[in-house]
Amino acid sequence: MDADALFAVLQETLPGVHTERVPSVDLQTSVYVRREDLPAVARTLRAALEFTLLAELTAVDFWPREPRFEVVYLLVSIERRLRLRLKVRLDGQAARIATVSDIWPSANWLEREVWDLFGIEFERHPDPRRLLMPEDWEGFPLRKDYPVQINAKVRTSEPMQMTEEEFRANVQKDRLARG
Amino acid sequence: MGPDAEIPVLTTSVEKMVQWARRSSIWPVTFGLACCAIEMMAMSCSRYDIARFGAEVFRGSPRQSDLMIVAGRLSRKMAPALRRIYDQMPEPKWVISMGACASIGGVFDNYALVQGVDQVVPVDVYVPGCPPRPESLIYGIVQLQRKIAQQKMS
Repeated sequence: MDADALFAVLQETLPGVHTERVPSVDLQTSVYVRREDLPAVARTLRAALEFTLLAELTAVDFWPREPRFEVVYLLVSIERRLRLRLKVRLDGQAARIATVSDIWPSANWLEREVWDLFGIEFERHPDPRRLLMPEDWEGFPLRKDYPVQINAKVRTSEPMQMTEEEFRANVQKDRLARG
Repeated sequence: MGPDAEIPVLTTSVEKMVQWARRSSIWPVTFGLACCAIEMMAMSCSRYDIARFGAEVFRGSPRQSDLMIVAGRLSRKMAPALRRIYDQMPEPKWVISMGACASIGGVFDNYALVQGVDQVVPVDVYVPGCPPRPESLIYGIVQLQRKIAQQKMS
């Protein structure tokens, strides 16, 4: 199935959903959808066209253009030998989108990575922590307005994994156990 | 040669003997961070054979080692771990900063990497190169041995 045929099938499969075709040099079908449509579109694509594999999820920052971010989903249908690129535009002021980790479990860490580096929030994500940068890092390094060559002071110790009270309680417990 | 020349005895000072013992069996901790570690492994293997200089026993535990070869770029997230491993090594201990990245940050002038491991641990020998050839690192270890030979005990 070539790119045109797949786009026709998509329009058939997703009636009433705003889809916008993107010209792409690699002849792969590439489609913009709206942010609010994404969870429904994802579910339908997985169920109807057997896009069972989320090969990649990433984002692009087009600063200073608005809408600033684009989240990109690369889908693969192993059964039907199809590939599809879904894109969603996000405003810089409202960099939020629903998680798809309940639809494709592989999205879990990919969304954490995008949150870590671009600061795009994934609503209802089961584990919204940073993935690559230290947990107490400030800022989102892959944003185009991030000062890349900042030379902050190097931390040589990790923050305490427990509070001071917990630490004291542990020491006390240890002492009691030893008698 | 005195009258007792046939007795197999060598006299020296305790200090000289300790310096000789320390420099002749440097045990590095197994700690590779990036591509420099490949050269470090090459150095320890048969072709370059660091055993000739008594430094071939790479230990898996910092408790048993007295040299840390920082082989590669150190990320800011890794810095606390590096410092912890250094703190776990018993005295006396030495550090070799291997390659451009470990010494000054190399080509990575950005937020993620430490611009020189001397911000985290005290460095004894800097080995330049990107990556340094095994010969360079061997030369660095020989330089370190010379340095140890100069270190006073008190």
